[in-house]
Amino acid sequence: MKVGIVSYGVYIPRYRIKLEDIAAVWGADAASIKKGLKVNEKSVPGLDEDAITIAVEAARSAVRRGNIDTSRVGAIYTGSESHPYAVKPTSTIVAAAIGAEPVLTAADYEFACKAGTAAIQTCMGLVVSGMIDIGVAIGADVSQGAPGDALEYTAAAGGAAYVIGSSDLAAIIEDTYSFTTDTPDFWRREGMLYPEHGGRFTGDPGYFKHVIAAAKGLMEKIGSKPSDYDHAVFHQPNGKFPERAAGMLGFSFEQIKTGMVVPMLGNTYSGSCMIGLAAILDQAKEGDRIFMTAFGSGAGSDAFSITVTDKIEDIRNGAPKVQELLADPIYLDYANYAKHKGKIRV
Amino acid sequence: MTVARFWRKIPHRYNLIGTHCTTCGEYYFPPRQMCPTCRRDGKIESYQFEGKGEVITYAVIHTAAKGYANQVPYNLAIIKLDEGPSLTGQVICEPGELEIGTRVRPVFRKLGEESEKGMIYYGTKFVPE
Amino acid sequence: MRDVAIIGTGCTKFGELWDRSLRDIFVEAGVSAIVDAGIQGEEIDGLYMGNMSGGRFVEQEHVGSLIADYSGLASELHVPATRVEAACASGGLALRQGILAVASGYADIIVAAGGEKMTDVDLDTATDALAAAADREWEGIMGATFPGLYAMIARLHMHKYGTTSEQMAAVSVKNHHNGTMNPIAQFKNEITIDTVLRSNMVADPLHMFDCSPISDGAAAVVLAPADVAKKYTDTPIYVKATTQASSPISLHDRADITTLDASVVAGQRAYKMAGLTPDDIDLVEVHDCFTIAEICAIEDLGFFKKGDGGRASEDGETAIGSRIPVNTSGGLKACGHPVGATGIKQAVEITKQLRGTAGKSQVDGAGIGMAHNVGGSGGTAVVHIFSRDR
Repeated sequence: MKVGIVSYGVYIPRYRIKLEDIAAVWGADAASIKKGLKVNEKSVPGLDEDAITIAVEAARSAVRRGNIDTSRVGAIYTGSESHPYAVKPTSTIVAAAIGAEPVLTAADYEFACKAGTAAIQTCMGLVVSGMIDIGVAIGADVSQGAPGDALEYTAAAGGAAYVIGSSDLAAIIEDTYSFTTDTPDFWRREGMLYPEHGGRFTGDPGYFKHVIAAAKGLMEKIGSKPSDYDHAVFHQPNGKFPERAAGMLGFSFEQIKTGMVVPMLGNTYSGSCMIGLAAILDQAKEGDRIFMTAFGSGAGSDAFSITVTDKIEDIRNGAPKVQELLADPIYLDYANYAKHKGKIRV
Repeated sequence: MTVARFWRKIPHRYNLIGTHCTTCGEYYFPPRQMCPTCRRDGKIESYQFEGKGEVITYAVIHTAAKGYANQVPYNLAIIKLDEGPSLTGQVICEPGELEIGTRVRPVFRKLGEESEKGMIYYGTKFVPE
Repeated sequence: MRDVAIIGTGCTKFGELWDRSLRDIFVEAGVSAIVDAGIQGEEIDGLYMGNMSGGRFVEQEHVGSLIADYSGLASELHVPATRVEAACASGGLALRQGILAVASGYADIIVAAGGEKMTDVDLDTATDALAAAADREWEGIMGATFPGLYAMIARLHMHKYGTTSEQMAAVSVKNHHNGTMNPIAQFKNEITIDTVLRSNMVADPLHMFDCSPISDGAAAVVLAPADVAKKYTDTPIYVKATTQASSPISLHDRADITTLDASVVAGQRAYKMAGLTPDDIDLVEVHDCFTIAEICAIEDLGFFKKGDGGRASEDGETAIGSRIPVNTSGGLKACGHPVGATGIKQAVEITKQLRGTAGKSQVDGAGIGMAHNVGGSGGTAVVHIFSRDR
C-alpha cells in the first residue's frame, strides 16, 4: 500500500521583527549575528495567536487545499513545544475547528522541533495498518526563547499541517527512518517559561549526529543517494546548520535552497522542517524526489524520502503558498514584539 | 464565562454555525431557536456560514473590556455576513486597513481567557480579505 | 385606569460619594421625596426600585428588602418592595411600574426610586458590570465595551450623515454648561470643544469627554392618584404618558444601527398616549450616556430629522432658551450616571422645571416635559411625558 501526502497547509503570522531590532536591545552586533545565523528576520505571533490557533489555521488550509472531507479524518496529532495547555489537547480543538469530531483518535506530541514529523510517522502507520482512512499531522509553535538568549534571535511562530492517506496522493512517502538517543542538548522544565540549552553542545552531539545518522540510515535502507533527489530539506534552527548538514551528506545548496525558509521566517520549532517541505511542494513537479530530515532536541531525527505525483498540480493553488505567507509582513519594534510575545505582563 | 457556558457554543464560535428558517428563508447568527419573523410557524435548522462579509461599522477600543487589556488598541466591528445576518467581532489589521465597507474573512483566534489558570476561549475573528 | 401625578421628589448629589453606601443614598433620596410630598410613610402602598447591578457593584442582591428595611417600611409596615432591572433604563422602568400600580387602582401612594453605587469597585469591574447590558455571549466575549458599542453607532452616524467629532463635542459642552446650574450635578465645570477633542480616546471615535461618568447617586419620586394629588402638594406634576419598547439586545441585530428603534417606538407610543406631538414638548431629558446617544435620541424622538441631530446640537438648538432645551440637568454626561438612578433623576428634573423651581436653568413657561431612558445600546427604551396641567 502506498502512503503519503494527500494535502498540506501552512500558517505564518503576519508580524516580523528584524534581527537588528533584537540585537539593538542587547547591545549586540547585528551584522555578525545575522552572518553567523544566516537569519535576517523572524515571524512573531499576533496578540491573539498561539500554537492552537496556528495549528487550526494550518489544518484548515490543508483541508481547503485538498478539498478534504473532514469526516474521513481518523486521527489528528499536533506536535508542538508551546501547547497552550499543559493538560488539554490542542488536537481536540483542531478536530472541532475543522469539523472532524467525534469519531477519531487524537493526541498531542512533544519532541522539541520534530514532534510534527513524529505525527506524520504515526499517521503513516495508522493508514498503512488500515486503522484510519486519513490522518492529520501538524507541527505548530510559537517558539520560546528567553530575552537576551541566543534563541531569541530565531524563535519564530508558524506551523504546517499534512493530511496523510493512501489514495489521491500529491506526494508518496516511500519510507521513513528515525534515529533517537538520550541527548540533553535542549529542554524546558514543566512550568518554566523559556527553554534552556547546552550552547555549542546542541551542535555536534545534538543536531549533526542525529541528522546525519538518520539521513544516512534512510538512504542506506532504501538504496538512494543525494544525487537522486531534486530537493532536500533539513530542520532549520538557523541557516547555518542545515547548510552544513547538507554539505556533510553530499547535498548541494541548489538542492536545499527551495526549502530553506529560515532566513525570512526564523525557527518555527515543530513547524520548521514541515514548512520547508511545504515550500518545496509549492513548486515541485511530478516525479520530483524530496529528501527531508527533521531534528528534535532530546534528541532524535526523522528522515523521509518523498516522490511528488501529478496530483500536486490539482491541489497546489487551493491554499496560500509559503512564499505568499512570507510576503508583505508587518514589522514590529522590540517593544511591540515583547507585547506580542507576552513578555510584557498586563 | 464559565467552562460549560463556553463549551455549549463551541461549534458556533469555531465554525460560525448559526441557524436558518426554512419557512421564511432568513439566516441567523448568532443562532436562534425561534425565528423572529415566523415565530411558532418557523422551522429552524443549523446553517454553517462561510464567514465572509462586509464591515458595517467599527470602533477602535482603547479602554479595554475586562481581560482584553493586553490587546489595546483593538478593532471592534459589526460585520454583515454575505448570507444576511450581522454579528459583532474583532477585525485584526493595521490602522488604515479598516474602513466601513471593508471586505473581511474569518480567522481562528484566541478570544480571551478565563484567567491565567483558567480555560482559553477560542473563536472567530476577522481579517481584511 | 386612573391618572397619576408626582407629588414629591428627592435626589442625592450625584458623583463619587465615597462616604455613603447603596442603602444610605437610597434612603436619603426616598426620605427627601417623602418629606417633599408631605407624607409620613404609613400611606405608602409599595416601593419600586430601579437598580441595575447591586450584585456586581456592591455584591448585594435583594435590594428591595434591604431598602424597605432601612427606610423603616419593612419591620412593622411590611410594605411590598420590588426591584426593577433593565440595565441603564432600570430607573425609568421602576417609575413606569409605579405609575401602572397607581393607575390600575391596586395602589394609591407609591415611591418609585432608583439608585446605583458604582464606585465601590475598580474601573475594570464597573466596565464589565456595564458590559453585561449587552449580549455577553455574542458581544461581550468579542471584547465589546459600552463605549465601543456607542462608538460604532457614532462611526456609522458620521459616515451616513456627516456628523462630526465637533458636533458630538458640542453636546458635551452644552451638558457641562447645564450642569453648572444643577446643585446635584457631578460636574459643574464649563468645558470647551477642545476639552473634548483633546481628551483620551476611549473607543475611537469617542473621547473620554463624550462618555458619561461612573457615578453614585439615588433619586425618588412619590406617586399618587391625580384626583387626590392636590391634597399633598400645590404643584402636582401629571403623568401624561408612560411607554416602553423593546428592541434586539445586540446592536448588530438592529435594522438601522444609527437609530435606536426602541426609542422611536416608545416615543411614538408616548405621543399617542398623551395626544401630543414633538412640537408640544417644552423640554426633554434624554439618555446621553454618550454624546452620540443624545444626537440619536433627539432624532429618534422626533425633535430633529434623522441625521440632523449633530448639526442641531452644534447650532445651539438644544440649549436652554432654544425651541427644545435638552438635558437641562446636565444630562448623564455632566449630572452623572448612576445607572439605576438616571431614569428617576430625569423625572425629578422635569418635575422641578414644570414646577418652575429650576433656578438658573429654568426653561421659561415650561408646561410639558419628556423623559427618555435607554437600557443598554437600545434594547429597552422608556419614555414619559409629564405636564404641569392635568
